[in-house]
Amino acid sequence: MPSLDRDEVARVAALARIDLSESERDRLSGQLSAIVEAVAKVSEVAGNDVPATSHPIPMSNVHRTDEIQPSLTQEQALAGAPQKEDGRFTVPQILGEEA
Amino acid sequence: MTYTYEQAVIEFDPVMGIEVHVELNTATKMFCGCANEFGAEPNTRVCPVCLGLPGSMPVPNEKAIESAIRLGLALGCKVRDSSRFARKNYFYPDLAKNYQISQYDEPTNYDGELEVVLNDGSSVMIGIERAHMEEDAGKNTHVGGTGGIQGSDYSLVDYNRGGVPLVEIVTKPIEGMGERAAEVARAYVATIRDMVRALGISDGRMEQGSVRADINLSLRPRAEDQASVPFGKRSETKNVNSLRAIEAAIHYEAARQAELLAAGEAVVQETRHWHEDTKSTTSGRSKEEAEDYRYFPEPDMLPVEPDPAWVEELRATIPEHPAKRRARLQDEWGFTDLEMRDVVNADAVALIESTIAEGASSQGARKWWMGELARIANERQSTLEELEVTPADVAELESLIDAGTINDTLARQALAGALAGEGSPASVVKSRGLEVVSDDSALEDAVDTALAAQPDVLQKIQDGKVQAAGAIVGAVMKATRGQADAGRVREIILARAGVEG
Repeated sequence: MPSLDRDEVARVAALARIDLSESERDRLSGQLSAIVEAVAKVSEVAGNDVPATSHPIPMSNVHRTDEIQPSLTQEQALAGAPQKEDGRFTVPQILGEEA
Repeated sequence: MTYTYEQAVIEFDPVMGIEVHVELNTATKMFCGCANEFGAEPNTRVCPVCLGLPGSMPVPNEKAIESAIRLGLALGCKVRDSSRFARKNYFYPDLAKNYQISQYDEPTNYDGELEVVLNDGSSVMIGIERAHMEEDAGKNTHVGGTGGIQGSDYSLVDYNRGGVPLVEIVTKPIEGMGERAAEVARAYVATIRDMVRALGISDGRMEQGSVRADINLSLRPRAEDQASVPFGKRSETKNVNSLRAIEAAIHYEAARQAELLAAGEAVVQETRHWHEDTKSTTSGRSKEEAEDYRYFPEPDMLPVEPDPAWVEELRATIPEHPAKRRARLQDEWGFTDLEMRDVVNADAVALIESTIAEGASSQGARKWWMGELARIANERQSTLEELEVTPADVAELESLIDAGTINDTLARQALAGALAGEGSPASVVKSRGLEVVSDDSALEDAVDTALAAQPDVLQKIQDGKVQAAGAIVGAVMKATRGQADAGRVREIILARAGVEG
Protein backbone atom coordinates (compact mmCIF):
# COMPACT_ATOMS: atom_id res chain seq x y z
CA MET A 1 0.00 0.00 0.00
CA PRO A 2 1.40 3.42 -0.92
CA SER A 3 1.87 5.75 1.97
CA LEU A 4 3.64 8.93 2.94
CA ASP A 5 6.03 8.53 5.83
CA ARG A 6 7.19 11.40 8.04
CA ASP A 7 10.37 11.98 6.04
CA GLU A 8 8.43 12.25 2.80
CA VAL A 9 6.02 14.72 4.40
CA ALA A 10 8.97 16.75 5.67
CA ARG A 11 10.53 16.78 2.18
CA VAL A 12 7.34 17.91 0.42
CA ALA A 13 6.79 20.52 3.14
CA ALA A 14 10.31 21.84 2.59
CA LEU A 15 9.69 22.01 -1.19
CA ALA A 16 6.44 23.91 -0.57
CA ARG A 17 8.12 26.18 2.00
CA ILE A 18 5.71 25.09 4.74
CA ASP A 19 7.13 24.99 8.22
CA LEU A 20 5.66 21.96 10.02
CA SER A 21 6.14 21.03 13.64
CA GLU A 22 6.97 17.46 14.67
CA SER A 23 3.40 16.76 15.71
CA GLU A 24 2.01 18.20 12.49
CA ARG A 25 4.29 15.92 10.50
CA ASP A 26 2.98 12.90 12.39
CA ARG A 27 -0.62 13.93 11.97
CA LEU A 28 -0.29 14.84 8.27
CA SER A 29 1.66 11.70 7.50
CA GLY A 30 -1.35 9.65 8.68
CA GLN A 31 -3.93 11.82 6.92
CA LEU A 32 -2.04 12.07 3.63
CA SER A 33 -1.44 8.32 3.62
CA ALA A 34 -5.17 7.78 3.94
CA ILE A 35 -5.76 10.05 0.94
CA VAL A 36 -3.10 8.36 -1.17
CA GLU A 37 -4.57 4.97 -0.31
CA ALA A 38 -8.02 6.11 -1.33
CA VAL A 39 -6.68 7.33 -4.68
CA ALA A 40 -4.84 4.03 -5.14
CA LYS A 41 -8.19 2.22 -4.92
CA VAL A 42 -9.34 4.18 -7.98
CA SER A 43 -6.32 2.86 -9.93
CA GLU A 44 -7.38 -0.67 -9.04
CA VAL A 45 -10.81 -0.13 -10.54
CA ALA A 46 -9.75 1.87 -13.61
CA GLY A 47 -8.26 -0.57 -16.10
CA ASN A 48 -6.45 0.16 -19.36
CA ASP A 49 -9.80 0.76 -21.02
CA VAL A 50 -10.33 3.92 -18.94
CA PRO A 51 -8.32 6.82 -20.38
CA ALA A 52 -6.48 9.12 -18.00
CA THR A 53 -8.30 12.38 -17.50
CA SER A 54 -7.11 15.67 -16.11
CA HIS A 55 -10.41 17.49 -16.40
CA PRO A 56 -13.93 16.42 -15.45
CA ILE A 57 -15.63 18.04 -18.45
CA PRO A 58 -14.93 16.56 -21.91
CA MET A 59 -14.01 19.81 -23.64
CA SER A 60 -10.92 20.92 -25.52
CA ASN A 61 -9.48 23.87 -27.44
CA VAL A 62 -10.85 26.73 -25.38
CA HIS A 63 -8.59 29.46 -26.65
CA ARG A 64 -8.36 33.22 -26.81
CA THR A 65 -7.73 35.43 -29.86
CA ASP A 66 -4.44 37.32 -29.82
CA GLU A 67 -5.90 40.73 -29.01
CA ILE A 68 -4.53 43.12 -26.43
CA GLN A 69 -6.74 43.74 -23.40
CA PRO A 70 -6.19 46.54 -20.88
CA SER A 71 -3.59 45.80 -18.21
CA LEU A 72 -3.51 47.08 -14.65
CA THR A 73 -1.73 50.34 -13.95
CA GLN A 74 1.53 50.16 -12.06
CA GLU A 75 -0.21 51.52 -8.95
CA GLN A 76 -2.94 48.86 -9.18
CA ALA A 77 -0.38 46.11 -9.79
CA LEU A 78 1.65 47.12 -6.76
CA ALA A 79 -1.34 47.89 -4.52
CA GLY A 80 -1.05 44.63 -2.61
CA ALA A 81 2.73 44.57 -2.41
CA PRO A 82 4.07 44.65 1.17
CA GLN A 83 7.10 46.51 -0.17
CA LYS A 84 7.91 48.21 -3.46
CA GLU A 85 10.66 50.28 -5.05
CA ASP A 86 11.02 51.94 -8.47
CA GLY A 87 7.73 50.49 -9.69
CA ARG A 88 8.83 46.98 -8.80
CA PHE A 89 7.98 44.42 -6.15
CA THR A 90 10.59 44.18 -3.43
CA VAL A 91 11.40 40.59 -2.46
CA PRO A 92 13.82 39.21 0.12
CA GLN A 93 17.30 38.19 -0.91
CA ILE A 94 17.07 35.39 -3.48
CA LEU A 95 19.24 32.29 -3.25
CA GLY A 96 20.44 33.26 0.20
CA GLU A 97 19.60 29.79 1.38
CA GLU A 98 20.79 28.02 -1.74
CA ALA A 99 23.89 29.85 -2.90
CA MET B 1 43.30 25.22 -16.06
CA THR B 2 45.77 22.78 -17.50
CA TYR B 3 43.31 21.21 -19.97
CA THR B 4 42.38 22.88 -23.20
CA TYR B 5 39.06 22.19 -24.90
CA GLU B 6 40.86 20.31 -27.67
CA GLN B 7 42.65 18.01 -25.21
CA ALA B 8 39.45 17.46 -23.24
CA VAL B 9 37.40 16.29 -26.23
CA ILE B 10 40.19 14.07 -27.55
CA GLU B 11 40.68 12.35 -24.22
CA PHE B 12 36.96 12.18 -23.35
CA ASP B 13 33.78 11.79 -25.39
CA PRO B 14 31.53 14.85 -25.03
CA VAL B 15 27.75 14.42 -24.91
CA MET B 16 25.48 17.48 -25.13
CA GLY B 17 21.85 18.30 -24.63
CA ILE B 18 20.63 21.73 -25.62
CA GLU B 19 17.48 23.52 -24.49
CA VAL B 20 16.57 26.56 -26.53
CA HIS B 21 13.88 28.96 -25.36
CA VAL B 22 12.21 30.99 -28.09
CA GLU B 23 10.10 34.01 -27.11
CA LEU B 24 7.17 34.29 -29.50
CA ASN B 25 6.29 37.67 -31.02
CA THR B 26 2.55 37.44 -30.45
CA ALA B 27 0.68 40.64 -29.66
CA THR B 28 -0.35 39.32 -26.23
CA LYS B 29 0.94 36.99 -23.56
CA MET B 30 0.46 33.20 -23.42
CA PHE B 31 -2.49 33.05 -21.03
CA CYS B 32 -3.83 36.62 -20.79
CA GLY B 33 -4.45 39.69 -22.94
CA CYS B 34 -1.58 41.81 -21.61
CA ALA B 35 0.68 43.20 -24.35
CA ASN B 36 3.79 41.15 -25.10
CA GLU B 37 6.16 44.07 -25.31
CA PHE B 38 9.83 44.58 -24.55
CA GLY B 39 10.98 47.67 -22.68
CA ALA B 40 7.75 49.06 -21.17
CA GLU B 41 7.67 50.74 -17.74
CA PRO B 42 7.93 48.08 -15.00
CA ASN B 43 4.71 46.29 -14.01
CA THR B 44 2.49 48.06 -16.54
CA ARG B 45 1.89 45.01 -18.78
CA VAL B 46 0.40 42.88 -16.02
CA CYS B 47 -3.04 41.72 -14.95
CA PRO B 48 -4.53 39.38 -12.33
CA VAL B 49 -3.72 36.32 -14.52
CA CYS B 50 0.00 36.95 -15.04
CA LEU B 51 0.38 38.22 -11.48
CA GLY B 52 -1.18 34.97 -10.27
CA LEU B 53 -3.86 36.72 -8.22
CA PRO B 54 -6.52 34.51 -6.62
CA GLY B 55 -9.49 33.63 -8.79
CA SER B 56 -7.85 34.47 -12.11
CA MET B 57 -8.06 31.92 -14.93
CA PRO B 58 -5.50 31.43 -17.71
CA VAL B 59 -6.76 30.98 -21.29
CA PRO B 60 -4.21 30.03 -23.97
CA ASN B 61 -3.46 32.35 -26.88
CA GLU B 62 -4.47 30.66 -30.17
CA LYS B 63 -1.79 32.54 -32.12
CA ALA B 64 0.88 31.24 -29.73
CA ILE B 65 -0.40 27.70 -30.22
CA GLU B 66 -0.26 28.20 -33.99
CA SER B 67 3.31 29.53 -33.79
CA ALA B 68 4.37 26.65 -31.56
CA ILE B 69 2.93 24.06 -33.95
CA ARG B 70 4.56 25.73 -36.97
CA LEU B 71 7.91 25.67 -35.17
CA GLY B 72 7.36 22.02 -34.28
CA LEU B 73 6.64 21.19 -37.91
CA ALA B 74 9.75 23.10 -39.06
CA LEU B 75 11.75 20.95 -36.63
CA GLY B 76 10.32 17.80 -38.18
CA CYS B 77 8.29 17.03 -35.06
CA LYS B 78 5.11 15.05 -34.76
CA VAL B 79 2.17 17.05 -33.46
CA ARG B 80 0.26 15.32 -30.69
CA ASP B 81 -3.47 14.82 -31.25
CA SER B 82 -4.14 15.83 -27.68
CA SER B 83 -1.68 17.70 -25.52
CA ARG B 84 -2.09 19.52 -22.26
CA PHE B 85 -0.49 21.99 -19.92
CA ALA B 86 1.13 21.17 -16.60
CA ARG B 87 2.23 23.07 -13.54
CA LYS B 88 5.93 23.11 -12.78
CA ASN B 89 6.27 24.05 -9.13
CA TYR B 90 9.22 26.04 -7.92
CA PHE B 91 9.95 28.88 -5.54
CA TYR B 92 11.60 31.81 -7.16
CA PRO B 93 10.03 35.26 -7.21
CA ASP B 94 10.32 35.66 -11.00
CA LEU B 95 6.93 33.93 -11.14
CA ALA B 96 4.26 35.15 -8.79
CA LYS B 97 2.25 31.92 -8.72
CA ASN B 98 5.01 29.65 -7.35
CA TYR B 99 4.59 27.57 -10.47
CA GLN B 100 5.18 27.97 -14.15
CA ILE B 101 2.57 26.77 -16.64
CA SER B 102 4.45 24.48 -18.98
CA GLN B 103 3.94 21.11 -20.65
CA TYR B 104 5.29 17.89 -19.21
CA ASP B 105 4.23 14.40 -20.23
CA GLU B 106 2.17 15.44 -23.24
CA PRO B 107 4.04 18.19 -25.08
CA THR B 108 2.46 19.50 -28.28
CA ASN B 109 5.45 18.67 -30.52
CA TYR B 110 7.72 15.65 -30.11
CA ASP B 111 10.24 13.44 -31.87
CA GLY B 112 11.75 15.63 -34.58
CA GLU B 113 15.02 16.02 -36.40
CA LEU B 114 16.85 19.11 -37.60
CA GLU B 115 19.61 19.28 -40.21
CA VAL B 116 22.44 21.58 -39.19
CA VAL B 117 25.04 22.65 -41.74
CA LEU B 118 28.56 23.29 -40.46
CA ASN B 119 31.23 25.69 -41.69
CA ASP B 120 32.82 23.19 -44.08
CA GLY B 121 29.47 22.43 -45.72
CA SER B 122 29.03 19.05 -44.04
CA SER B 123 25.83 18.53 -42.11
CA VAL B 124 24.70 16.69 -38.99
CA MET B 125 21.21 15.67 -37.90
CA ILE B 126 20.19 16.78 -34.41
CA GLY B 127 17.40 14.77 -32.81
CA ILE B 128 14.61 16.81 -31.23
CA GLU B 129 13.03 15.32 -28.14
CA ARG B 130 10.20 17.83 -27.83
CA ALA B 131 9.15 21.43 -28.46
CA HIS B 132 6.65 22.50 -25.85
CA MET B 133 4.78 25.64 -24.87
CA GLU B 134 5.27 27.50 -21.63
CA GLU B 135 5.29 30.97 -20.12
CA ASP B 136 8.30 33.20 -19.53
CA ALA B 137 9.15 34.55 -16.08
CA GLY B 138 9.47 38.13 -14.81
CA LYS B 139 12.74 40.00 -14.48
CA ASN B 140 14.66 40.27 -11.22
CA THR B 141 17.01 43.14 -10.46
CA HIS B 142 19.38 42.44 -7.61
CA VAL B 143 20.12 45.32 -5.29
CA GLY B 144 23.17 45.67 -3.09
CA GLY B 145 26.34 43.59 -3.04
CA THR B 146 28.03 43.59 -6.45
CA GLY B 147 24.76 43.70 -8.41
CA GLY B 148 24.91 39.97 -9.07
CA ILE B 149 22.56 37.46 -7.56
CA GLN B 150 25.03 36.35 -4.92
CA GLY B 151 25.60 38.72 -2.05
CA SER B 152 22.69 40.98 -2.99
CA ASP B 153 20.63 42.44 -0.14
CA TYR B 154 17.24 42.13 -1.82
CA SER B 155 15.71 41.96 -5.28
CA LEU B 156 13.14 43.92 -7.28
CA VAL B 157 10.73 42.18 -9.62
CA ASP B 158 9.13 43.43 -12.82
CA TYR B 159 6.47 41.01 -14.11
CA ASN B 160 6.03 42.53 -17.60
CA ARG B 161 7.82 39.52 -19.13
CA GLY B 162 5.98 37.07 -16.87
CA GLY B 163 3.57 35.08 -19.01
CA VAL B 164 5.16 35.92 -22.37
CA PRO B 165 4.78 32.86 -24.64
CA LEU B 166 7.80 30.62 -25.01
CA VAL B 167 8.53 27.47 -26.94
CA GLU B 168 11.21 25.33 -25.33
CA ILE B 169 13.03 23.05 -27.75
CA VAL B 170 14.85 20.12 -26.16
CA THR B 171 17.32 18.00 -28.11
CA LYS B 172 17.94 14.31 -27.71
CA PRO B 173 21.48 13.58 -26.46
CA ILE B 174 23.97 14.82 -29.08
CA GLU B 175 26.73 12.22 -29.21
CA GLY B 176 29.79 11.51 -31.30
CA MET B 177 30.64 15.10 -32.22
CA GLY B 178 34.10 14.98 -30.61
CA GLU B 179 36.09 18.13 -31.22
CA ARG B 180 33.25 19.62 -33.27
CA ALA B 181 30.87 19.63 -30.28
CA ALA B 182 31.13 23.39 -29.71
CA GLU B 183 30.81 24.20 -33.42
CA VAL B 184 27.76 21.90 -33.72
CA ALA B 185 26.07 23.53 -30.72
CA ARG B 186 26.64 26.99 -32.14
CA ALA B 187 25.39 25.99 -35.60
CA TYR B 188 22.34 24.30 -34.09
CA VAL B 189 21.27 27.39 -32.13
CA ALA B 190 22.01 29.61 -35.15
CA THR B 191 19.80 27.38 -37.29
CA ILE B 192 16.93 27.63 -34.81
CA ARG B 193 17.40 31.38 -34.59
CA ASP B 194 17.32 31.71 -38.41
CA MET B 195 14.33 29.38 -38.58
CA VAL B 196 12.16 31.29 -36.09
CA ARG B 197 12.90 34.47 -38.01
CA ALA B 198 12.00 32.85 -41.32
CA LEU B 199 8.79 31.55 -39.73
CA GLY B 200 8.10 35.08 -38.51
CA ILE B 201 7.21 33.81 -35.04
CA SER B 202 10.00 35.56 -33.08
CA ASP B 203 12.43 38.39 -33.68
CA GLY B 204 15.20 35.94 -32.77
CA ARG B 205 17.29 38.59 -31.03
CA MET B 206 19.65 36.69 -28.77
CA GLU B 207 21.05 39.86 -27.19
CA GLN B 208 17.54 40.73 -25.97
CA GLY B 209 16.96 37.20 -24.75
CA SER B 210 14.29 36.28 -27.28
CA VAL B 211 16.33 33.19 -28.15
CA ARG B 212 18.38 31.76 -25.29
CA ALA B 213 20.13 28.47 -24.73
CA ASP B 214 20.87 26.21 -21.78
CA ILE B 215 23.77 23.87 -22.49
CA ASN B 216 24.01 20.46 -20.85
CA LEU B 217 27.42 18.89 -21.21
CA SER B 218 28.98 15.73 -19.88
CA LEU B 219 32.15 13.78 -20.64
CA ARG B 220 32.64 10.03 -20.62
CA PRO B 221 35.76 7.92 -21.04
CA ARG B 222 36.78 7.00 -24.58
CA ALA B 223 36.17 3.36 -25.49
CA GLU B 224 36.11 1.05 -28.51
CA ASP B 225 32.36 0.67 -28.23
CA GLN B 226 31.60 4.28 -27.27
CA ALA B 227 27.82 3.91 -27.31
CA SER B 228 27.98 1.28 -24.58
CA VAL B 229 29.64 3.66 -22.10
CA PRO B 230 27.05 5.33 -19.85
CA PHE B 231 26.84 9.13 -19.89
CA GLY B 232 28.89 11.01 -17.31
CA LYS B 233 27.48 13.50 -14.82
CA ARG B 234 26.40 16.68 -16.59
CA SER B 235 26.41 20.35 -15.84
CA GLU B 236 23.72 22.68 -17.15
CA THR B 237 24.97 26.13 -18.09
CA LYS B 238 22.00 28.49 -18.09
CA ASN B 239 21.06 31.44 -20.26
CA VAL B 240 23.91 31.55 -22.72
CA ASN B 241 22.89 34.51 -24.82
CA SER B 242 25.07 34.70 -27.91
CA LEU B 243 26.43 32.29 -30.49
CA ARG B 244 29.97 33.16 -29.49
CA ALA B 245 29.16 32.51 -25.82
CA ILE B 246 27.75 29.07 -26.66
CA GLU B 247 31.06 27.97 -28.13
CA ALA B 248 33.01 29.59 -25.31
CA ALA B 249 30.83 28.01 -22.59
CA ILE B 250 31.32 24.55 -24.09
CA HIS B 251 35.08 25.13 -24.36
CA TYR B 252 35.21 26.11 -20.72
CA GLU B 253 32.95 23.37 -19.36
CA ALA B 254 34.68 20.58 -21.32
CA ALA B 255 38.08 21.68 -20.02
CA ARG B 256 36.79 22.08 -16.45
CA GLN B 257 35.17 18.66 -16.38
CA ALA B 258 38.17 16.94 -18.03
CA GLU B 259 40.38 18.37 -15.36
CA LEU B 260 38.18 17.01 -12.57
CA LEU B 261 37.85 13.58 -14.19
CA ALA B 262 41.58 13.31 -14.94
CA ALA B 263 42.29 14.07 -11.28
CA GLY B 264 39.94 11.27 -10.23
CA GLU B 265 37.33 13.70 -8.94
CA ALA B 266 33.62 13.67 -9.68
CA VAL B 267 31.67 16.18 -11.76
CA VAL B 268 28.75 17.51 -9.72
CA GLN B 269 25.37 17.49 -11.46
CA GLU B 270 24.38 21.12 -11.10
CA THR B 271 23.26 24.35 -12.71
CA ARG B 272 26.07 26.71 -13.64
CA HIS B 273 26.04 30.39 -14.54
CA TRP B 274 27.92 31.72 -17.57
CA HIS B 275 30.01 34.86 -17.09
CA GLU B 276 30.70 36.75 -20.28
CA ASP B 277 33.43 38.91 -18.71
CA THR B 278 35.64 36.05 -17.49
CA LYS B 279 34.47 33.52 -20.11
CA SER B 280 33.87 31.01 -17.36
CA THR B 281 31.07 29.33 -15.42
CA THR B 282 30.42 29.20 -11.69
CA SER B 283 28.27 26.86 -9.66
CA GLY B 284 24.70 28.06 -9.32
CA ARG B 285 21.87 26.63 -7.33
CA SER B 286 22.90 23.25 -6.07
CA LYS B 287 19.51 21.69 -6.03
CA GLU B 288 19.26 17.98 -5.51
CA GLU B 289 15.92 18.83 -3.95
CA ALA B 290 14.78 21.78 -6.00
CA GLU B 291 14.97 19.57 -9.10
CA ASP B 292 11.75 18.05 -7.83
CA TYR B 293 9.26 20.23 -9.68
CA ARG B 294 6.24 18.09 -8.74
CA TYR B 295 4.64 18.48 -12.16
CA PHE B 296 0.93 17.84 -12.37
CA PRO B 297 -1.72 18.53 -15.04
CA GLU B 298 -2.90 22.16 -15.00
CA PRO B 299 -6.47 21.90 -13.73
CA ASP B 300 -7.42 25.36 -15.01
CA MET B 301 -6.96 24.50 -18.67
CA LEU B 302 -8.36 22.10 -21.22
CA PRO B 303 -6.45 19.88 -23.63
CA VAL B 304 -5.14 21.32 -26.91
CA GLU B 305 -6.44 19.14 -29.75
CA PRO B 306 -5.49 20.69 -33.10
CA ASP B 307 -7.61 19.71 -36.08
CA PRO B 308 -5.36 17.57 -38.37
CA ALA B 309 -6.55 19.52 -41.43
CA TRP B 310 -5.42 22.76 -39.76
CA VAL B 311 -2.03 21.22 -38.93
CA GLU B 312 -1.64 20.33 -42.63
CA GLU B 313 -2.52 23.92 -43.57
CA LEU B 314 0.19 25.12 -41.19
CA ARG B 315 2.66 22.62 -42.65
CA ALA B 316 2.21 24.31 -46.02
CA THR B 317 3.45 27.60 -44.52
CA ILE B 318 6.83 26.24 -43.39
CA PRO B 319 9.65 28.19 -45.13
CA GLU B 320 12.73 26.61 -46.65
CA HIS B 321 15.46 25.34 -44.31
CA PRO B 322 17.91 28.13 -43.38
CA ALA B 323 20.84 26.23 -44.92
CA LYS B 324 19.02 25.77 -48.22
CA ARG B 325 18.06 29.42 -48.11
CA ARG B 326 21.70 30.37 -47.64
CA ALA B 327 22.70 28.24 -50.61
CA ARG B 328 20.02 29.92 -52.73
CA LEU B 329 21.05 33.42 -51.61
CA GLN B 330 24.74 32.70 -52.27
CA ASP B 331 23.77 31.71 -55.80
CA GLU B 332 21.60 34.81 -56.31
CA TRP B 333 24.22 37.14 -54.89
CA GLY B 334 27.14 35.56 -56.75
CA PHE B 335 29.29 35.24 -53.62
CA THR B 336 32.20 32.77 -53.48
CA ASP B 337 32.12 30.04 -50.81
CA LEU B 338 34.66 31.98 -48.80
CA GLU B 339 32.71 35.24 -49.03
CA MET B 340 29.50 33.49 -48.03
CA ARG B 341 31.15 31.74 -45.10
CA ASP B 342 32.46 35.05 -43.79
CA VAL B 343 29.00 36.56 -44.17
CA VAL B 344 27.41 33.65 -42.27
CA ASN B 345 30.00 33.76 -39.50
CA ALA B 346 29.53 37.51 -39.11
CA ASP B 347 25.80 36.86 -38.87
CA ALA B 348 25.21 39.23 -41.78
CA VAL B 349 22.98 37.14 -44.08
CA ALA B 350 19.73 38.79 -43.05
CA LEU B 351 21.34 42.26 -42.97
CA ILE B 352 22.73 41.87 -46.49
CA GLU B 353 19.43 40.47 -47.73
CA SER B 354 17.55 43.49 -46.32
CA THR B 355 20.17 45.88 -47.71
CA ILE B 356 19.72 44.41 -51.19
CA ALA B 357 15.96 44.64 -50.76
CA GLU B 358 16.51 48.36 -50.02
CA GLY B 359 18.10 48.70 -53.44
CA ALA B 360 21.82 48.03 -52.92
CA SER B 361 23.92 45.73 -55.10
CA SER B 362 24.97 42.42 -53.53
CA GLN B 363 28.68 43.26 -53.68
CA GLY B 364 28.02 46.76 -52.37
CA ALA B 365 26.03 45.40 -49.43
CA ARG B 366 28.74 42.84 -48.68
CA LYS B 367 31.52 45.42 -49.00
CA TRP B 368 30.08 47.75 -46.36
CA TRP B 369 28.76 45.20 -43.86
CA MET B 370 31.84 42.99 -44.04
CA GLY B 371 34.33 45.85 -44.37
CA GLU B 372 33.95 49.15 -42.55
CA LEU B 373 30.96 48.11 -40.41
CA ALA B 374 32.50 44.77 -39.41
CA ARG B 375 35.65 46.65 -38.42
CA ILE B 376 33.66 49.07 -36.26
CA ALA B 377 31.59 46.27 -34.70
CA ASN B 378 34.80 44.42 -33.91
CA GLU B 379 36.30 47.54 -32.35
CA ARG B 380 33.21 47.97 -30.17
CA GLN B 381 32.95 44.26 -29.37
CA SER B 382 29.37 44.32 -30.61
CA THR B 383 27.41 42.48 -33.27
CA LEU B 384 26.60 44.04 -36.63
CA GLU B 385 22.95 44.09 -35.69
CA GLU B 386 23.63 46.18 -32.60
CA LEU B 387 25.21 48.95 -34.67
CA GLU B 388 22.96 51.99 -35.13
CA VAL B 389 23.00 51.59 -38.88
CA THR B 390 20.12 50.04 -40.80
CA PRO B 391 20.15 48.17 -44.12
CA ALA B 392 18.35 51.21 -45.58
CA ASP B 393 21.26 53.43 -44.47
CA VAL B 394 23.78 51.18 -46.21
CA ALA B 395 21.71 51.11 -49.39
CA GLU B 396 21.47 54.91 -49.26
CA LEU B 397 25.24 55.14 -48.82
CA GLU B 398 25.81 53.08 -51.95
CA SER B 399 23.38 55.16 -53.99
CA LEU B 400 25.19 58.35 -52.87
CA ILE B 401 28.48 56.87 -54.09
CA ASP B 402 26.94 55.72 -57.37
CA ALA B 403 25.51 59.17 -57.96
CA GLY B 404 28.99 60.65 -57.48
CA THR B 405 27.82 62.72 -54.50
CA ILE B 406 30.47 61.15 -52.26
CA ASN B 407 33.48 58.88 -52.66
CA ASP B 408 34.51 55.97 -50.43
CA THR B 409 36.48 58.15 -48.05
CA LEU B 410 33.55 60.52 -47.55
CA ALA B 411 31.21 57.52 -47.30
CA ARG B 412 33.13 56.30 -44.28
CA GLN B 413 32.70 59.72 -42.68
CA ALA B 414 28.97 59.68 -43.47
CA LEU B 415 28.77 56.24 -41.87
CA ALA B 416 30.58 57.47 -38.78
CA GLY B 417 28.05 60.30 -38.55
CA ALA B 418 25.14 57.89 -38.90
CA LEU B 419 26.64 55.68 -36.16
CA ALA B 420 26.97 58.72 -33.94
CA GLY B 421 23.24 59.31 -34.27
CA GLU B 422 23.43 62.25 -36.66
CA GLY B 423 20.78 60.79 -38.94
CA SER B 424 20.81 58.87 -42.22
CA PRO B 425 23.93 58.99 -44.43
CA ALA B 426 22.25 61.49 -46.79
CA SER B 427 21.46 63.89 -43.97
CA VAL B 428 24.99 63.49 -42.52
CA VAL B 429 26.44 64.32 -45.95
CA LYS B 430 24.32 67.48 -45.91
CA SER B 431 24.93 68.53 -42.31
CA ARG B 432 28.68 67.83 -42.38
CA GLY B 433 29.06 69.22 -45.91
CA LEU B 434 30.63 66.05 -47.24
CA GLU B 435 29.75 66.38 -50.95
CA VAL B 436 32.51 65.73 -53.42
CA VAL B 437 33.80 69.05 -54.76
CA SER B 438 32.83 68.89 -58.42
CA ASP B 439 33.02 72.61 -59.06
CA ASP B 440 35.88 72.74 -61.60
CA SER B 441 37.00 76.25 -60.76
CA ALA B 442 37.50 75.33 -57.10
CA LEU B 443 39.44 72.23 -58.15
CA GLU B 444 41.51 74.18 -60.69
CA ASP B 445 42.50 76.67 -57.99
CA ALA B 446 43.54 73.84 -55.71
CA VAL B 447 45.55 72.17 -58.51
CA ASP B 448 47.33 75.42 -59.35
CA THR B 449 48.23 76.00 -55.72
CA ALA B 450 49.62 72.45 -55.44
CA LEU B 451 51.58 72.79 -58.70
CA ALA B 452 53.09 76.05 -57.51
CA ALA B 453 54.26 74.34 -54.34
CA GLN B 454 55.91 71.50 -56.32
CA PRO B 455 57.22 73.26 -59.45
CA ASP B 456 59.20 70.29 -60.83
CA VAL B 457 56.15 68.04 -61.21
CA LEU B 458 54.78 69.62 -64.40
CA GLN B 459 58.09 69.05 -66.20
CA LYS B 460 58.19 65.40 -65.07
CA ILE B 461 54.71 64.81 -66.45
CA GLN B 462 55.63 66.44 -69.73
CA ASP B 463 58.72 64.16 -69.82
CA GLY B 464 56.34 61.20 -69.78
CA LYS B 465 56.37 60.42 -66.05
CA VAL B 466 52.60 60.64 -65.78
CA GLN B 467 52.61 58.90 -62.38
CA ALA B 468 54.20 62.04 -60.92
CA ALA B 469 50.70 63.54 -61.05
CA GLY B 470 49.92 61.38 -58.00
CA ALA B 471 51.76 63.76 -55.69
CA ILE B 472 49.57 66.64 -56.84
CA VAL B 473 46.38 64.58 -56.58
CA GLY B 474 47.40 63.74 -53.00
CA ALA B 475 48.04 67.39 -52.18
CA VAL B 476 44.67 68.43 -53.61
CA MET B 477 42.82 65.69 -51.71
CA LYS B 478 44.53 66.83 -48.53
CA ALA B 479 43.67 70.46 -49.17
CA THR B 480 40.01 69.58 -49.81
CA ARG B 481 39.91 67.12 -46.87
CA GLY B 482 39.11 64.23 -49.19
CA GLN B 483 36.18 65.96 -50.84
CA ALA B 484 37.66 66.19 -54.32
CA ASP B 485 36.84 63.78 -57.10
CA ALA B 486 40.32 62.28 -57.59
CA GLY B 487 39.64 61.31 -61.22
CA ARG B 488 38.65 64.85 -62.13
CA VAL B 489 41.67 66.32 -60.31
CA ARG B 490 43.96 64.08 -62.35
CA GLU B 491 42.32 65.23 -65.58
CA ILE B 492 42.87 68.86 -64.66
CA ILE B 493 46.55 68.25 -63.82
CA LEU B 494 47.14 66.48 -67.13
CA ALA B 495 45.35 69.29 -68.98
CA ARG B 496 47.63 71.83 -67.26
CA ALA B 497 50.65 69.82 -68.43
CA GLY B 498 49.17 69.58 -71.91
CA VAL B 499 49.29 65.78 -71.82
CA GLU B 500 46.58 63.32 -72.86
CA GLY B 501 45.31 61.19 -69.94
